[in-house]
Amino acid sequence: MAISMNWVRDYVNLEGVDLKELALKVTNAGVNVEKIISHNLNNLVVGKILKCSMHPDSDHLHVCIVDIKDEKRQIVCGASNVKENIKVIVSLPGAILPGGIEIKPSIIRGVESNGMICALSELGLEEETPENRAKGIFVLPDDAEVGSDAIKYLGLDDTIYELDLNPNRNSDCTNHIGFAYEVASVLGKKVTLPNIDYKTIKDSVKNHFSIEIKTSNCTMYNAKMVKNVVIKESPSFIKNRLIAAGMRPINNVVDISNYVMLEFGQPLHFFDKDKLGDKILVRMAGDNETITTLDKKERILTSDDIVITDGKIPVCIAGVMGGENTEIDGSTKNILIESAIFNPYNVRYTSLRLDLRSEASLRYERGLNYEYCNLAIERACYLLQKYANGEVLSDTIIYDNIDKKKKIATVSKDEVNRVLGLSMTNDDIKKSLDNLGFDYKCVKDKYTVEIPNRRLDVEAHKQDLIEEIGRLYGYDKIISKLPVIESTTGKYIGNVKYRKLVSKRLRSLGLNECRTYTLVSDEENNLFKYDRKNSIDLLRPMSSDKKVIRQTIIPSLLKVYEYNKARKVNDILLYEIANVYYDMDKEDTKVAVLMNGNYLNNNWQQIKVKVDFYLIKGILENLLNYLGFKNRYQFVEKIVDGIHPGISCVITIDKEEIGYMGKVHPNLVKDDVYVFEISMNKLINKKIKPIKFKELSKYPSVEKDLAFIVNDNVNSLEIIDTIKKSAGHILSNIDVFDLYKGENVPSGKKSIAYNLTFTDYNKTLNDDEVMKVFDKIIIDVEKKHSAVLRDK
Amino acid sequence: MDIEKKASEIKDNLSLEIKKVKNMNDLSDLKAKYLGKKGVITLLTSDMASLSIEMKKEVGRISNELKKEAISVISSIEQEIKEKELNEKLNSEKIDITLPSTKINVGSSNILEGLIEEIEELFISMGYDVVEGPEVEKDLYNFELLNLPKGHPARDAQDTFYTFEDSLLLRSQTSPVQIRTMLSNKEKTSLRVICPGKTYRRDDDDATHSHQFTQIEGLLVDKNVSLADLKGTFDIVAKKLFGSERETRFRPSFYPFTEPSVELDISCFNCGGKGCNICKGTGWITVGGAGIVHHNVLDNCGYDSNVWSGFAFGFGAERLAMLKYGITDIRTFYTNDLRIKEAFDRKEAE
Repeated sequence: MAISMNWVRDYVNLEGVDLKELALKVTNAGVNVEKIISHNLNNLVVGKILKCSMHPDSDHLHVCIVDIKDEKRQIVCGASNVKENIKVIVSLPGAILPGGIEIKPSIIRGVESNGMICALSELGLEEETPENRAKGIFVLPDDAEVGSDAIKYLGLDDTIYELDLNPNRNSDCTNHIGFAYEVASVLGKKVTLPNIDYKTIKDSVKNHFSIEIKTSNCTMYNAKMVKNVVIKESPSFIKNRLIAAGMRPINNVVDISNYVMLEFGQPLHFFDKDKLGDKILVRMAGDNETITTLDKKERILTSDDIVITDGKIPVCIAGVMGGENTEIDGSTKNILIESAIFNPYNVRYTSLRLDLRSEASLRYERGLNYEYCNLAIERACYLLQKYANGEVLSDTIIYDNIDKKKKIATVSKDEVNRVLGLSMTNDDIKKSLDNLGFDYKCVKDKYTVEIPNRRLDVEAHKQDLIEEIGRLYGYDKIISKLPVIESTTGKYIGNVKYRKLVSKRLRSLGLNECRTYTLVSDEENNLFKYDRKNSIDLLRPMSSDKKVIRQTIIPSLLKVYEYNKARKVNDILLYEIANVYYDMDKEDTKVAVLMNGNYLNNNWQQIKVKVDFYLIKGILENLLNYLGFKNRYQFVEKIVDGIHPGISCVITIDKEEIGYMGKVHPNLVKDDVYVFEISMNKLINKKIKPIKFKELSKYPSVEKDLAFIVNDNVNSLEIIDTIKKSAGHILSNIDVFDLYKGENVPSGKKSIAYNLTFTDYNKTLNDDEVMKVFDKIIIDVEKKHSAVLRDK
Repeated sequence: MDIEKKASEIKDNLSLEIKKVKNMNDLSDLKAKYLGKKGVITLLTSDMASLSIEMKKEVGRISNELKKEAISVISSIEQEIKEKELNEKLNSEKIDITLPSTKINVGSSNILEGLIEEIEELFISMGYDVVEGPEVEKDLYNFELLNLPKGHPARDAQDTFYTFEDSLLLRSQTSPVQIRTMLSNKEKTSLRVICPGKTYRRDDDDATHSHQFTQIEGLLVDKNVSLADLKGTFDIVAKKLFGSERETRFRPSFYPFTEPSVELDISCFNCGGKGCNICKGTGWITVGGAGIVHHNVLDNCGYDSNVWSGFAFGFGAERLAMLKYGITDIRTFYTNDLRIKEAFDRKEAE
């Protein structure tokens, strides 16, 4: 919102007030002045062209003699509209124009030029467009005094505050009177409302008009009539102020309706009375009823839209846009002014649906003050009489269904100080309330306050009053302290702690934590379909790549992998722990890992530990052991969507599947990329045994190696299970130390070698005992797996 | 031959030959030649049977002396050679210590997670619990109970991601976790929690906007809680994150769920308050929002607002991290470029 401070001066005396300091004060009281714009143009004077002749050496330049009161200057001008006896804006040598152009005496094609005759766009006072440039130099009205400050004459010596408003102040600080009240509060001054003193003619509007309101969504409707208006250009102060506030001047009548809106915040609508007829009926539109709006587009309405009709057909979409059928045009003579209040939700709904949001519709949406609704229509009549030669008819047609209950709240001095943490005195509180312009009674430290209607944002509650009192008094006076509260230990609640444990372990294993987006495309969400439930789609996605709430993190990690690969990162070790959602509102936390490249690496020594299935398996085992699941998990071969069918498995704990692991299918990535994804919630729900120390055996262990030749399709784990069963309790460890296929091993077979450790906790094992178990193992394995002992 | 002459001859030969010894092999050959079973010194006493007792004594004495002398000479040389050989070996083992190391992969935490954890630890030390809540949230918790009734502009469908179930949305703030915490505390006792988490709004992603972002919210509910308590708490956070010399300031603001509401400003850590690019010349930087919990919110959650009061605050984790580390593009947190991880894989000085 842009506020013209010249305009604000009409309502608050700002004499001697530094506008920069004021901006800071207003900001510190909670209304943010984001930017201060002042037109700081010096050395611009009003000049009169006394003589204008063609340049001897050009077909478009003119040589002018310009009177600037103290002297007569020769200036070369290229504009096509330059002529004798007009008053113009002259920038003298020393002036710096927007863009840093400095005006200096110069010779233009052999002719001396001592200044420049300016167009508004050259001064940054008008937008730099081809149309504006074609207008040429700006011709001043004849009453401009030669030699005087041209910027001041134009009323452009304004300071504009760009406000960045908190939403609660959108209802009052988006108009100049509302902002003037805020300025007055900060400065401790009073506001003077503008003049609405006009004369009426004998005729009453009631002789020409009747209204009927057939919907509760219109709570106030005022109408007045102004006859015989003359449509012309607005006076410059109106034009300048509209421009300052960011609106384009059009003609006096349209400009007055905007001017009053920017003044009181009340949007007005002007109908051409002669096109409208003698009746207004406000009602809800019928479904599929149509109206052609001012922008010449046909709009299809719904029963949630409020319309103004002439009794039969719509002439205006309430709060949104007028109809073409009753539009003010160059030949309009008689005007019907509407000043009304509609249900903000309907206006909001309609303007959003029709994509017709305007300065007016936004104001209706934020809610309006009925007092200003009444004042604004009077103010419009005043201005139309003064600047459009209008004749105002007596009386106002009024429909008023406003709840005028006063907003009254009470608050005590103690309550104020308790919430703000201050020690304000009654005088301090009274000063704040006085400055705010709130009426109050104070009895024994207790305040009964009436909140004015112009402050729609302040509700009748003590907390609202405390905030208003505090922000004006100043939060800088608060002295920090720490809350006095029963001391307890802080802790992580719920799954947070477990997630941190997993996260820290994975980091210590060399994996890098990622943070990717929850919203993904359908294509991504359809990858790695494992244990998939119903996905949650967005109602109105912003784009197809952020359409659905993901159920798997792996595709997002694949994108991170690709991003880094493209940037020549070789070893990509990633993890992410994130929530996934499905079946309306079900949540699970997934732990996903992606690994590619080398786990350990020293190029010049040719040391490389390349990531493969067994490495990522090691990472997962390490994590599960750390979380207390040692000897409780198993890796079970299973084909999973998106995973290489030969390098794919699921992980089970106590027979329950918790996730999958494998190499990403070469259809998806050419490189060797390994992944796993497990459900953290499934882990959390399992009971874990406490740590118990087991004494080490005091007696020496015996180690034995043995290798079998078995069919290729026999799993190592199956053999290990047999060995364990066969060996009984004295087998304390078993490890695979060799896997071999090739020479000396028949095709379709493999040799697999195990290192066994035998330990007895009660005595030293003797050879006979070990050999007895060892032989039994061999017989059992050979029998059960059609194995042959190698190198017997 | 005269034994003395023989001995002196052997001695001369030994002292000549020992100079030719280059290594341990030569030395052991020499040892064998003089002191072995068939060594020349040993042989001196081999045919003493024919000699008289006196002569035997004489030969024995001379050859013993010679033996002692030879052992002493040889062992001193042996020591020399051993030392020399060790030095040679050590020299041959010299490496170029400037060659690159074997890279030990240590994983890094995401920048945001790292910062969040720092803040969590700070608040845990002040007795706050860390709580999380669902990202797919009920409209009731995300808006309604937070004093954002239906039709409030902030819950416009343009700002919030709704799902096909119109009561469910991707939470636009972490405040619903506060609601859940207050509702679930059936005993209605005093509360201190912080709730970090992912949040979502309908923003197009660019350098300063992200449709997914991270909030860290805090809530304290007790009796007689004031803005001064909030300011003291904020002071601690500001100094911890941005340096002990930071000053803080409240600016009036507006949030539907707090009243009074304030903006949380810190004195600019770049210019110290003089005014610079980072603070846009104001000397202050806004890092979050806060306020006294709105009476409607307390009442909605079963805390009688006539008895209880509280403060709530919220920070944008991305904003804090961008300010703290000088990151200019918010997408940095979500691209996960591993090339930047080293910069953050370290402890920051306290």
